Amino acid sequence: MSQSLHNVIQQAEKIILGKPQQIRLALACLLARGHLLIEDLPGVGKTTLAHVLSRTLGLQFQRIQFTSDLLPADILGVSVYQRDNGKFEFHPGPIFAQMILADEINRATPKAQSALLEAMEEQQVTVEGKTRPLPSPFFVIATQNPAYQIGTYALPESQLDRFLMRIQMGYPDAQAERGLLSGVDRREIVAQLTPQMESSELLAMQKSAREIFVSPALLDYVQAILRYTREAARFTHGLSPRAGLALLSASRAWALLDGRDAVIPEDVQAILPGVVSHRLQAVGEYSKQNSDVLVRELVEAVAIP
Amino acid sequence: MNKALTYGLLLSILMVIAPHAEHLPLWVSSLCLGLLLWRTYLTYSSNPLPKRWLLMLITFAGTGGIAVNFHTLFGREVGVTLLMLLATLKLMELRKPRDAMVLIYLSCFIIITNFFYSQSIPTALYMLATLMVIVTAWVHLQAPNIALKPRLRIAAVLLMQALPLTLILFILFPRVQGPLWGMPQDAYASSGLDDKMSPGSLSRLSLSEAVAFRVSYEGKPPLRNQMYWRGPVLWEFDGRTWTLGRTALTSPPKFTELGQEIDYVVTLEPHNKIWLFALDVPNKLSVPVTLTYDFQVLRKEPVTARLRYTARSNLSYRANLQEATRQLQRGLQLPKLYNPRAQKLAAEWRANSANDAAIVRTALSYFNQQGFQYTLEPPLLGVHSVDDFMFGSKQGFCEHYASAFVFLMRAANVPARVVTGYQGGEFNDVGNYYIVRQSDAHAWAEVWLEGQGWVRVDPTGAIAPERVQLGLSASVLSNAALPFMARNPPQWMRDLRLNWDTLANQWNQWVLGYDTERQFAFLTRLGMESITWQKIALNMLAGLGLVIALFALFMLRHLITHQPDKVQAAWLKLCRKLAKYGLPRAAHEGALDYAERIAAARPELADVFFDLAVRYSALRYGANQDEQARHEFLQRAAALKV
Repeated sequence: MSQSLHNVIQQAEKIILGKPQQIRLALACLLARGHLLIEDLPGVGKTTLAHVLSRTLGLQFQRIQFTSDLLPADILGVSVYQRDNGKFEFHPGPIFAQMILADEINRATPKAQSALLEAMEEQQVTVEGKTRPLPSPFFVIATQNPAYQIGTYALPESQLDRFLMRIQMGYPDAQAERGLLSGVDRREIVAQLTPQMESSELLAMQKSAREIFVSPALLDYVQAILRYTREAARFTHGLSPRAGLALLSASRAWALLDGRDAVIPEDVQAILPGVVSHRLQAVGEYSKQNSDVLVRELVEAVAIP
Repeated sequence: MNKALTYGLLLSILMVIAPHAEHLPLWVSSLCLGLLLWRTYLTYSSNPLPKRWLLMLITFAGTGGIAVNFHTLFGREVGVTLLMLLATLKLMELRKPRDAMVLIYLSCFIIITNFFYSQSIPTALYMLATLMVIVTAWVHLQAPNIALKPRLRIAAVLLMQALPLTLILFILFPRVQGPLWGMPQDAYASSGLDDKMSPGSLSRLSLSEAVAFRVSYEGKPPLRNQMYWRGPVLWEFDGRTWTLGRTALTSPPKFTELGQEIDYVVTLEPHNKIWLFALDVPNKLSVPVTLTYDFQVLRKEPVTARLRYTARSNLSYRANLQEATRQLQRGLQLPKLYNPRAQKLAAEWRANSANDAAIVRTALSYFNQQGFQYTLEPPLLGVHSVDDFMFGSKQGFCEHYASAFVFLMRAANVPARVVTGYQGGEFNDVGNYYIVRQSDAHAWAEVWLEGQGWVRVDPTGAIAPERVQLGLSASVLSNAALPFMARNPPQWMRDLRLNWDTLANQWNQWVLGYDTERQFAFLTRLGMESITWQKIALNMLAGLGLVIALFALFMLRHLITHQPDKVQAAWLKLCRKLAKYGLPRAAHEGALDYAERIAAARPELADVFFDLAVRYSALRYGANQDEQARHEFLQRAAALKV
């Protein structure tokens, strides 16, 4: 692993205490050029994670707070009439940034949600007939409140699929929480963070992540996982081929983070909860189980060929 | 036991038992249904299964009940009933996978018993569906994690794989003469022509649509009014019922002036009687039969299985120009005390006629002109049945006319007899053959005239000529209680029925009718010489062996291509070695994870093993397949001392 990547992780771990796995998953997601969905209660550090990542990676940062009256134009931008030259001039919306924090995405209406999700998918925005590319790298961290909370518009499965990973923050353990409570205000530290990386370096790293080697033996393993989800009685439907591709690209990024030049089954197992938990739905008697338990059972059910 | 699996097994048993419900004793069907419902409720509510003593009680009570019901515990009916009850009871003690396995095998066995009762295409299809359900339950038992759809697919594939074996067994399994499981009598308690006739017996029969036999003619079929299929010939009348009567006479008939030869193939449905049907008068049959003095074709044993025979008949003939006096005497016997008015009428005819032929003509014109009606629902007749009919109701079906006619003839001193059988039939233009149904049952008369021998006279033809020319549906009023299909159904329904009958006919000919003879013929055509059943059996075993070997080879090849390479083999060996020391690798555990676990449990192995795990991961999943590295790994793996 490159030194700068190492430094990024170290800095992040200093601020977000007790969550090394989440930090690495978020980074893997970024390296795999995917987008990240964080689902948890308010106040467990979702926003802080996004802040820290953008600061240490030296990415332009924009935050969009989703509310029920948010309109697509509030995200994408509008053309405004200029009296000086008598022309319409485009004022880009907050989406034109390298890193977007879409906060509480499920509180906006589906119309606003889909404006963001289309931009994510196509890496470009079409406003008033003109197509404008989004900056590169482009990384969206969306947060959402648990579906049972009031005033939420749940994202449909098809749109959840746009996110490479969905992770949960969870409460910190006692020791980490003590450090958090006794330490300085997190916002102050974040403001002092220095970028550890140029965006060109990040792009190069995304490229090398794509080049990590995947052996036929590993493909066998991934296919065995896909097949299991399609045949097992406990899921409403199996994983799609796109989910298979997502598994591979996330595994490659994870292998890169681990400093390896080839993907091994452990990489797949590490990113599996993040990549498949929002793509699988349990049936009947299994649906009461936690999605973590479901994924762990999936891992344990598929032998490494 | 898994709930879904239990439901699957419940469905299997239900499907297995359902077709039997009809002929099981009512209380056994109800008991089985009750047990199934109870079991479904127990599964649904997750209640515990009943206690053992209760099951024992039900079992003994049920077995006792069956013994009382049938007066025995042996025999086919009892066996089937017992199996049904016990299979259902087995559901009540479904605790271990072994129980489910027993139930599945039992279901497979019991579905065969369906063939005791019906061997038709719908039955076969139903059994296939049942088999599919059973196999699906079986797959569920073996692989509980698979969802319904792939489970169904696996079951379908398994059944398909059984297809070649089935085909070999079907073609080559040595056939026993007669049906395999000795078709018992009661399977064919179906209605058909009887050896006696009383008013109402044929009109009852004509309500049945059941097929009596199918005929395909070689060449041009005869005219409809020549299609008289002779069944039992009735001689004796007791005033109400006509019966065969008894005679010691066995001399064969003498036919002269034979003409108009016709060849045809009859496929006779089993009717459990000894007579076969042939057009008047039969000349030659392909099965061993005797031709009686009154031209019936009889076999030694009853027809209990579908019988196919070719025959040749002569449609124009003179029969027994010289008849024995005793026979003529039998043709004149009458119960003198009955039907005085009819006897009186016949005496008048005798007095006014020049010869016997004139009397016949008088009688026919009498029937034709005195307002007689042809109907399926004639009124009931009193003690003097002929009188009541002739001078009272004047409504009757063919048996009334035949009976009255023969009575009159005998009273007028003309030797006569009643002939029962079938007349006409429905032409199936799809399969190019005729279907003769029970509703085509008919009765007519024969009189013996000097110089002409026995002559067929059909009095029904005098009243309702369209019955003979066109068939039953043309001759009775449309509101008569005819079977639905014997009326004039819409064209599409007729087509559908004819197509279906063609299919059923093919099924009968080629699947059910594939007997020793056909088997030998088929194998001869395939080029087998001097066939014996031993030879067939050997061929069958060889064929089965070949198919199984092919499947095995296919699967072995699969194994060979998926053989682990040397690196993986060495790694797996290593894992086995460690497993002996209580540290087995879980199937889903990656090499590095495993190494970490080993390191925690056996710190002295940590370094060496971690090194091996890293090397293995690199060799198995890495891009760089260095021969040197492989060699090193293999050496180190072999050298590891646990």
